[in-house]
Amino acid sequence: MSKAAEIDIASVSKVYGTTTAVHAISLKISAGSYCCFLGPSGCGKTSTLRMIAGHESISSGDIRLGNVVVTDFPPAKRGTAMMFQSYALFPHLDLIDNVAFSLKMKGVEKEERRAKALEMLTLMQMEAYAARCPAQLSGGQQQRVALARALITDPEALLLDEPLSALDPFLKIRMRAELKKLQKTLGITFVHVTHSQEEAMALADLIVIMNDGRIEQAAAPRTVFEKPATAFVARFMGDHNVLSGRVTSIDGGIATLTVPEGQTFSVRDIAQEIGKPVDIGIRTDRVRLEPASERSLGFQGVVANVEYRGASVKITVVGAGSDDFTAVVSDADYFRKPVSTGDALSLSWALEDVIPLGRLSA
Amino acid sequence: MATIASTEANETSGRARSRGLRSPLRAISYLQATPLLLILGFFFILPILTILVVSFWDYDFAGLYPDFLTMNYTDTLGSRVTWKTYLNTLKFTAMTWALTLVIGFWVAYFLAFHIRTTTMQMVLFLVCTVPFLTSNIIRMISWIPVLGRNGLVNSTLTELGIIPQPIEWLLYSDFAVVLALVHLNTLFMVTPIFNTLMRIDRALIEAARDCGASGWQVLWNVVLPLAKPGMAIGSIFVVTLVMADFSTVQVMSGGQSASVALMMKNQMSLLQYPAAAANAVVLLIVVLLMVAAILRVVDIRKEL
Repeated sequence: MSKAAEIDIASVSKVYGTTTAVHAISLKISAGSYCCFLGPSGCGKTSTLRMIAGHESISSGDIRLGNVVVTDFPPAKRGTAMMFQSYALFPHLDLIDNVAFSLKMKGVEKEERRAKALEMLTLMQMEAYAARCPAQLSGGQQQRVALARALITDPEALLLDEPLSALDPFLKIRMRAELKKLQKTLGITFVHVTHSQEEAMALADLIVIMNDGRIEQAAAPRTVFEKPATAFVARFMGDHNVLSGRVTSIDGGIATLTVPEGQTFSVRDIAQEIGKPVDIGIRTDRVRLEPASERSLGFQGVVANVEYRGASVKITVVGAGSDDFTAVVSDADYFRKPVSTGDALSLSWALEDVIPLGRLSA
Repeated sequence: MATIASTEANETSGRARSRGLRSPLRAISYLQATPLLLILGFFFILPILTILVVSFWDYDFAGLYPDFLTMNYTDTLGSRVTWKTYLNTLKFTAMTWALTLVIGFWVAYFLAFHIRTTTMQMVLFLVCTVPFLTSNIIRMISWIPVLGRNGLVNSTLTELGIIPQPIEWLLYSDFAVVLALVHLNTLFMVTPIFNTLMRIDRALIEAARDCGASGWQVLWNVVLPLAKPGMAIGSIFVVTLVMADFSTVQVMSGGQSASVALMMKNQMSLLQYPAAAANAVVLLIVVLLMVAAILRVVDIRKEL
């Protein structure tokens, strides 16, 4: 339909009065990719999206779309289209007029714009409802209309502000698949803001994890999960345990960190000097319920909680300076040797499963 | 008060009985609606019925005689004066309605979209209501020293040498009547419109901008259509108030202009109650038709 544009964000900041919502972030989103901005509320992800869309002024820095610097352009001149969290369909217009709205603003003749809108609604399989008003539609249908309205402008990039948050869990998963399919067929750049890591993992080619106005990590979903860059990313993506301590010795590429409670743990490839604080991550599904072969690759703790999940069992253990160290084991492994709350339990892991976590320099 | 107290007593005993005897739910609902029905019955339906009945009575300078005559209606509707007065009242209503609608919309628009903080919005809104701390009559009369022959406006303009002699039409004219009516009624337009504007999802404005709408296009295609219910409610207030006005017309026109209500007041001071009643019924029908027309154009159910 249209050629996709690369989005280049160059040290963009957003300052509201005395608070800085976005701290000079830089990011390149390649043309035709699906990018998810992920982070807790207030992390600056929506502000960033709105700056790309042009609904928020940019305090400093520049945004380039394709070959054009759009920093000072109004929203409609940027070649982007935005889909709002609540869909923002015009309640007083029927679906055709909603979708045809931008054509009407451009002064396209009534017959022509209605025909084009109907074509767009047909693409979204909503043509049967063309004469209805938005209030008569379900959430999923409203979303399709909002998509039709955004796409009728033939944008180079589609910006989606938490598009699935208003839907029930079942519909969420279905619409998620539809979004992905749509992005593949249109081939344009999608930028999607969400606070659900599951959603981001399922959709994105590029996940951008933000916290406190900064980008913690921007990488492919697999990289983000297997090599989280910081403790924040490891915690936010879930399924990771994070242990924090100080480097006490480095020997042949293997560093030892000591947690405040005194236990020591080994980690490879760490770029820190002795005495510096450091975090390590261990995936919950890589923790084994057996004594460690080496003292620094495991610890003994007390079981705080056991959660049965069907195919797996989640065991929460207190120890080594963590009060929610989690091990996820298969149900077969668990029922071979069950434990209950209050039991002492030995945990261990392999050296290659220890992920060194960095810290943001800023 | 006695009525209310007794119905409340009825209601509680009714509830107690229902618990004991499991009387049908319908009966309880009717009981719960009774207090409102009594109040409306005594203070609304009964007076209107009285007026309706009296409008068919006979009268002379000495008294009223129960009867069933259509004379009062034929006299009222057959007289040129009535038609001229209605026309005059409709003229005032139309002018006041148009002016309050335009002014009211812009004031509400400014308050809702250009004032950033809610506190400031509320402060400015309260400022709009300050004139209402004094009575209608006082606000009206205070125009006299402003607009009079030697009033503020005229003396300022003559002293500045802009006009050679005082403008006569400032006071005791249709201009003065409409000015006072607009002054008295604009807030009734501002309030409901402000209310609807505040309910417009700001994302809609952004969505319109995203679709390439300019400021005026947003106003015309999004804000105005969504403000229609508020405009309709404000219009109902203003139209009914102005159609029934007599004091403003009398004071501000200096007795040179007439309105339907003023005509009724004069009939009543001549003890021609049945004639006034017939007039009132006609006015009621006209106003109801106007309200029905407004409701036909705009669906206000969303606002209620």
